[in-house]
Amino acid sequence: MNDQISGNSLSGKTALITGGCSGMGLATVRRFLAAGASVVMADIQTEKGRSLEAAMGKSASFVRCDVLREDDIAAAIKHAVDKFGGLDILFNNAGAVGDPGGVEGMSVDGWDRTIALLLRSAMLGIKHAIPAMRSRGGGSIINNASVSGLRPGMASLAYSVAKAGAIQLSRMSAAELAKDNIRVNCVCPGFIVTSIFGDLLAEERTVGDAMLDHLKDPFSGLQPLKRAGLPEDVAEACLYLATASSRFVTGTEIIIDGGLLVDPKLAVDPNSGHGFVDILMGARDAARAQ
Amino acid sequence: MFKGKSVIVTGAGSGVGRSAGLLIARAGGSVLLADVNEQGGQETLAMIVKEGGKAKFMRTDIAVEDDARRMVESAVAAYGRIDGAFNNAAIAQTSVLLHELTAEAWRRNLDINLTGTFFCMKYQIAAMLKTGGGSIVITSSAAGVNGFPLAPEYCSSKHGVIGLMRNAAVDYGGKGIRVNAILPGAIRTPMLMKAMTENPGMEEYLKSIHPLGRYSEPDEVAQSALWLLSDAASFVTGAAIAVDGGYTTH
Repeated sequence: MNDQISGNSLSGKTALITGGCSGMGLATVRRFLAAGASVVMADIQTEKGRSLEAAMGKSASFVRCDVLREDDIAAAIKHAVDKFGGLDILFNNAGAVGDPGGVEGMSVDGWDRTIALLLRSAMLGIKHAIPAMRSRGGGSIINNASVSGLRPGMASLAYSVAKAGAIQLSRMSAAELAKDNIRVNCVCPGFIVTSIFGDLLAEERTVGDAMLDHLKDPFSGLQPLKRAGLPEDVAEACLYLATASSRFVTGTEIIIDGGLLVDPKLAVDPNSGHGFVDILMGARDAARAQ
Repeated sequence: MFKGKSVIVTGAGSGVGRSAGLLIARAGGSVLLADVNEQGGQETLAMIVKEGGKAKFMRTDIAVEDDARRMVESAVAAYGRIDGAFNNAAIAQTSVLLHELTAEAWRRNLDINLTGTFFCMKYQIAAMLKTGGGSIVITSSAAGVNGFPLAPEYCSSKHGVIGLMRNAAVDYGGKGIRVNAILPGAIRTPMLMKAMTENPGMEEYLKSIHPLGRYSEPDEVAQSALWLLSDAASFVTGAAIAVDGGYTTH
């Protein structure tokens, strides 16, 4: 490995990852640790977080963080600074399905809660990360958006609108923070095998976790590339955005969808009740039968 | 990152192509360097060989279909297969308004930047289909998704390759071939330096349109191509990734 490519190293860097105890967040925690970073996992899954922290060694730290609460977000960033001496990378990743409804029946509570969880949380993460990153001479912020933020028909209304907002949040804050050498980008995953799909069926997290192995086969047929999207795929994109390899990259999105968006034959509509939901229910039933 | 892999790089005689060639060779890959500029291509080859890297230069005018075919044949003959292709060769705009642009300048730009990229992909894809897949990266431009002043032919050809990329991503995703594009902003390349000399005020303008307040070095752009060529991006296809210092946020 040469100097330029060892731009892939995160040695000496500290990263904070919200929703860091499962799915894309956890895969990114592992990838960043492997690249030499110190990593704070911020998550509401306290028990799992503590056990991950114990297993991962001294470069990893767990902090309980509910991204619906601004105080929790500010405290998680303070935790990173106190524990590891600063903050260089923030991955605003925590999320859930949110309100599944369409516009006609949407409640104010459902809407507000979804936008707060998926969009306000990312804004607050950026807001509180700025002073810490500025004092390090810059940083890299990554927001986990979604292909549903770019195209209708991929997810529910409130989720999709929040994700579209996350993309624009990235662009706007990239422009605002370029002067501080803080880069802001987002990743737009397509269908990635994570526990969120249990959430989509309103199942407990344990069911969503058990579904993972049963989603890989059916998900391999959802996009031009004939394999399922995995959390590790998103983690690799986050690594690229976090390192010096991408030092001229800001205000943009990286789509990690196996070609889903460019395929006009896209046959799944999570809201249609056909196809995609059948895939999820099949995985749930297989998980329960174990 | 590229151990045991072979990659074609067009426009390898200078700028981003030279940088990509060097970086891929350093990461263990075998590189077929292609450029119409024989001297520049030989220089890049000498730089790689001096570092102990594995490469071969082939003079290639991508606007000539036979040249593109021979380029791919030569890579396959030398390395047994091609795993990646970085279609980066291009020419700049003539910096005039559309109503003053000659048919000749228009055709020359489209012939090289768009048709030439098509010729390269045509033979690269045929070779990749025989070996079970690969990764293709095209150098488009921020001007491939946005307007840019005094560049009617360049904007058009760079928009064009985005269409080529998206089509190929759909048609060959099932065959294991990934196709993506990069969208650089202004880069310190001989192509840009020449344009800046011809257009006073262009340098200040270029700095002003990149929120990071500068233009990029070739290495910074090559890194994005390397990422897309590598297995780290193995679920990424049909994507256009900006490397533009925030230019497209404007």
